[in-house]
Amino acid sequence: MAKLAAVVGIGQTHYKTRRGDVSIAGLVREAAVNALEDAGLGWDDIEAVIIGKAPDMFEGVVMPEIYLSDALGCNGKPMLRVHTAGSVGGSTALVAASHVQSGMFKRVLTVTYEKQSESNAMWALSTPQPFSAHLNAGAGGYFAPIIREYMRRSGAPYDVGIKVAVKDRLHGARNPLAHLRLPNITAKEVEDSMMLWDPIRFLEACPSSDGACAMVIAAEDLVGQSPKAPAWIRGVAMRSEPTMYAGREEVNPQAGRDCAADVYRQAGITDPRRDLDCAEVYVPFSWYEPMWLENLGFAPQGEGWKLTMAGATSLDEGGDIPWNCSGGVLSSNPIGASGMIRFAEAARQVRGDAGAHQVEGAKLALGHAYGGGAQFFAMWVVGANKP
Amino acid sequence: MVQPDVLSQPFELGFTYTRSTGPVVGRFLTGLRQRRIFGVRASDGRVIVPPAEYDPHTAAALDDFVEVGQEGEIVSWCWVAQPRAAHPMQRPFAWAMIRLDGADIPMIHCIAAASPDELATGARVRAVWADEPRGFITDIRCFELVGKAGASPAPATGEDAGELEPVDRIETPIYLHYHFTAGSAPARFLTRIKQGVLTGQRCPRCANVYIPPRGSCPACGVPTQEEVVLPDKATVQSFTVVAIPIPNNPIKPPFVVANLVLDGANISFIHLMSECENADVHIGQRVQAVWKPADEWTYAMDNIRYFKPIDEPDVPVDKIGKLPITGLEG
Repeated sequence: MAKLAAVVGIGQTHYKTRRGDVSIAGLVREAAVNALEDAGLGWDDIEAVIIGKAPDMFEGVVMPEIYLSDALGCNGKPMLRVHTAGSVGGSTALVAASHVQSGMFKRVLTVTYEKQSESNAMWALSTPQPFSAHLNAGAGGYFAPIIREYMRRSGAPYDVGIKVAVKDRLHGARNPLAHLRLPNITAKEVEDSMMLWDPIRFLEACPSSDGACAMVIAAEDLVGQSPKAPAWIRGVAMRSEPTMYAGREEVNPQAGRDCAADVYRQAGITDPRRDLDCAEVYVPFSWYEPMWLENLGFAPQGEGWKLTMAGATSLDEGGDIPWNCSGGVLSSNPIGASGMIRFAEAARQVRGDAGAHQVEGAKLALGHAYGGGAQFFAMWVVGANKP
Repeated sequence: MVQPDVLSQPFELGFTYTRSTGPVVGRFLTGLRQRRIFGVRASDGRVIVPPAEYDPHTAAALDDFVEVGQEGEIVSWCWVAQPRAAHPMQRPFAWAMIRLDGADIPMIHCIAAASPDELATGARVRAVWADEPRGFITDIRCFELVGKAGASPAPATGEDAGELEPVDRIETPIYLHYHFTAGSAPARFLTRIKQGVLTGQRCPRCANVYIPPRGSCPACGVPTQEEVVLPDKATVQSFTVVAIPIPNNPIKPPFVVANLVLDGANISFIHLMSECENADVHIGQRVQAVWKPADEWTYAMDNIRYFKPIDEPDVPVDKIGKLPITGLEG
């Protein structure tokens, strides 16, 4: 049986196109120091450090955990690096959580980052392969046909993705840390933006960001030593499946459905739309909101887009289940950290510490990440109340 | 069964990274450009060169910079008798840990010497500077033994940086070269496609046909061996119209990259579509391969230039990926 654990500190950097003022070490350090300050703790209070980032091609630093051990105060402590492609921010948080939930560690620091300005994320993801035609055109090129299939089978109107793109940028405008802050963005502007990978337009895609996110997770008996309200970890789950196999359900992956069912069972959630107050879900391309609304059980199959269009996921429209109040991946995307930002922002909501993008009275929130060819899933549910 | 050729191909994976140095490493590199060497004082008073951003013991941020000497002593060394292309010298040399005067922690650099017999722990060495330092570790071209014949004149130090901005960004080209050898299943596929034949493999458990084959079924986790020759007609499972040029690829955007399932196969692969209006491409559309001339065929999917629409009725969505080898009418 897992022991109780809670998030007692959260630290983020400003997300920007390029953080030219810091090295990679300086970037992760900034988030880590912010998390320690938030938790009212110092380096000596930390027993283990768990870090994560996306593929090494992004910065060309292989085994960055070695180089980063000084910056993260790892001398004499266990240090571990997690790697599950784009979901790594989520799975890193879960590995950190399990260190505490196992009873082996009392306080763990977890940090994820990406410094995308050091290379080019699109082509680092789509390198030429031996004996193959080079037709891979980044994550957008991979996901666009899957989105097209969702549009076909759901019969959703063409502008659902446009609505999500506007909604998440309006949310991002409330978040001082967001990379894109576009308070005046309009549907027409999104619709008129360049079609990059039809049906994905420029403004329906995530930006490339530099940034890092960190959390301190503490065991039950030490939670009270940190000054701010904790976010109790109520459920944790990971699932994976192969990228390609005959008959694979790519639009609504089985691994995502299984992962959600597992985390809801742990948290006692039977109807996620009703039981949760908000969710931070990995939506790097706008159409993934309606797709994940279905995959995560917030809407019946084929009807996720109806929630989006009705404003149910919008803070500005007073929706009953706001998604990505921080602005989401569509507003900030330091890839390796993007999943952890979802987990941390869910925790900020239930701590009542989300500032201008706070959902009033949020008590229970979902953090979600996915990665690879939508084949790695990581989720947690955090709550204001101790279970 | 056709015996496959052994297929190996050189492969480069690389990128020229644009690295932000941060203030500490930036200070070191800015110093090098002035032919000066800076270290940083750690929490225990020791001087670390090159400077570390954070104290290795206390994790404190370090910023107490200390200029150290241009001479020092060899702590340990390793003779490289046969330099490789990436090495800083193309004649025999030594990698060495050198403790510069005023520093406590040795730094690694190379030493130019006539033979390993000249080297010893405790031997004195001196930095040799590049003619035009630019703010990179190679501004120190190498170290050489103090007092050896042919030694460079003592370098000028403390030059004014003049109008130059501090170094805060460097380019680091990192290019890795591999020989990629195709496994037996891909090699079989490529050997046959060189003959203009598309060959998949059937899973003995679920009976699904994979092309290109991988030698195992990812769903069942069992090896696949039975070969299945497939026609060059396919169905569009989905597609995207790409508006971005692919580096080093002559194809001009916008172009259609489609997920295509060959008749008789149960998995899609991506390929180009052409000889059609992009706006007319649709899910369920029937297409056929347009091959290069046979004398250009090689071990590559590129033997098929692209797929073009053919005059056959669309495949119902629930049948895509499930057609027999004989196609829709089969």
